[in-house]
Amino acid sequence: MDDKLKNIVLENSNEIVKLWLEEVHKNRTNDYTTNISEEMFESTNREFVNVIFTSIEKEDLSSDLDNYSERLLNLGWPLSYLTDGMQAFRRVTVDFILKQAETSDADYFSTVLRKVDDWVEPIIKQLVNKYSGNWENIVSLQRNALQELSAPLIPVMDNITIMPLIGTIDTERAKLIMENLLDGVIKHNADVVLIDITGVPVVDTMVAHHIIQASEAVRLIGSTCILVGIRPEIAQTIVNLGIDLGKFPTKSSLRKGFQSALELTNRKIETIQQDDAEIENLLDSLNRE
Amino acid sequence: MDLQSCVNIKKEWDIVGARQIGRDIAKKIGFGTVDQARIATAISELARNIYLYAGRGKVCFEAIDDLNHKGIRIIASDEGPGIRELTDVMEDGFSTSGGLGAGLPGVKRLMDEFDIKSEEGQGTEIKAVKWLR
Repeated sequence: MDDKLKNIVLENSNEIVKLWLEEVHKNRTNDYTTNISEEMFESTNREFVNVIFTSIEKEDLSSDLDNYSERLLNLGWPLSYLTDGMQAFRRVTVDFILKQAETSDADYFSTVLRKVDDWVEPIIKQLVNKYSGNWENIVSLQRNALQELSAPLIPVMDNITIMPLIGTIDTERAKLIMENLLDGVIKHNADVVLIDITGVPVVDTMVAHHIIQASEAVRLIGSTCILVGIRPEIAQTIVNLGIDLGKFPTKSSLRKGFQSALELTNRKIETIQQDDAEIENLLDSLNRE
Repeated sequence: MDLQSCVNIKKEWDIVGARQIGRDIAKKIGFGTVDQARIATAISELARNIYLYAGRGKVCFEAIDDLNHKGIRIIASDEGPGIRELTDVMEDGFSTSGGLGAGLPGVKRLMDEFDIKSEEGQGTEIKAVKWLR
């Protein structure tokens, strides 16, 4: 019985393919594939249906299916193209087999349905697994990439270190910030650490709490922490929330913070006058000639 | 009110999602950057409370557009353990989790209207409104 159905499908593959292509084209009008060229769509469909038939014939998920889905994935075709295509194949095939049959009894009907499902389901499953596996992979790669960006520490000069923070701070990241900060202060022998929150979109009580804790910990190991990059709207929300940041110095910009860091380490920036004078002399002498 | 959208809070990152949607709506209504920051911070506090104490819940936003004034209403609701010390939590510096204890009183100051209903074992619902000036 099973083989009989299989033979019906394989012998009439041309007919089924034609019906399937019509079905797929009908579905095409208002969706994702509209910006793909006609030829491309056509050849992809052909290949898809070939892959389906090969796996039915061999009764095994062929490596063709793997290669095919891999390629579509790289081209950025949506998963729904494949699942919709498989659904269409299921509809078309069931219709076709039932039309061929002389009998119309319920047993035969359910056998056909079950058999076609047996062909279609593993393929869908494989495709979905392939796609979702790829997504999970991307998500975990991006999570790692984010983690690497999350708490950088830059030793700009002797005894002065800057930690620029960009983006949302969650509990995990707050922990990383604290660790990197303390490690870095010891490693770079920093007297002053500037935490720059210019790029932090929202400072709520949790973020403030973590910053206060971090600066307190920095103070405990003998360094000073300056909070810089407080935008006016952030300053207002901090006041509204009633958060007390009075325990450590804060500055509106990194530049101002850096200046006070220099003062704290008994240094200052001086413009070198000598060179200017020399150049002026040179220009003067040129003018005279 | 012609617009309502809700964000379910289950993970810590949902707080960020809620904040972004709330900020977008506030921007559309016409709030300035300072008020946007206030609204986003208030949402952040409310959503974090849900995440920390109730585990799950939702934050909804409504754009209010009456004849005389426009504004945004934030409704944070959960079916968590509820708040026993309702008068205490509205005091600055009260916290059961070792935080700053500025969350709820802070939200009250950030927003124009604030209403909290909570029953032990039943859950909590907080409504807060910010009017556009």
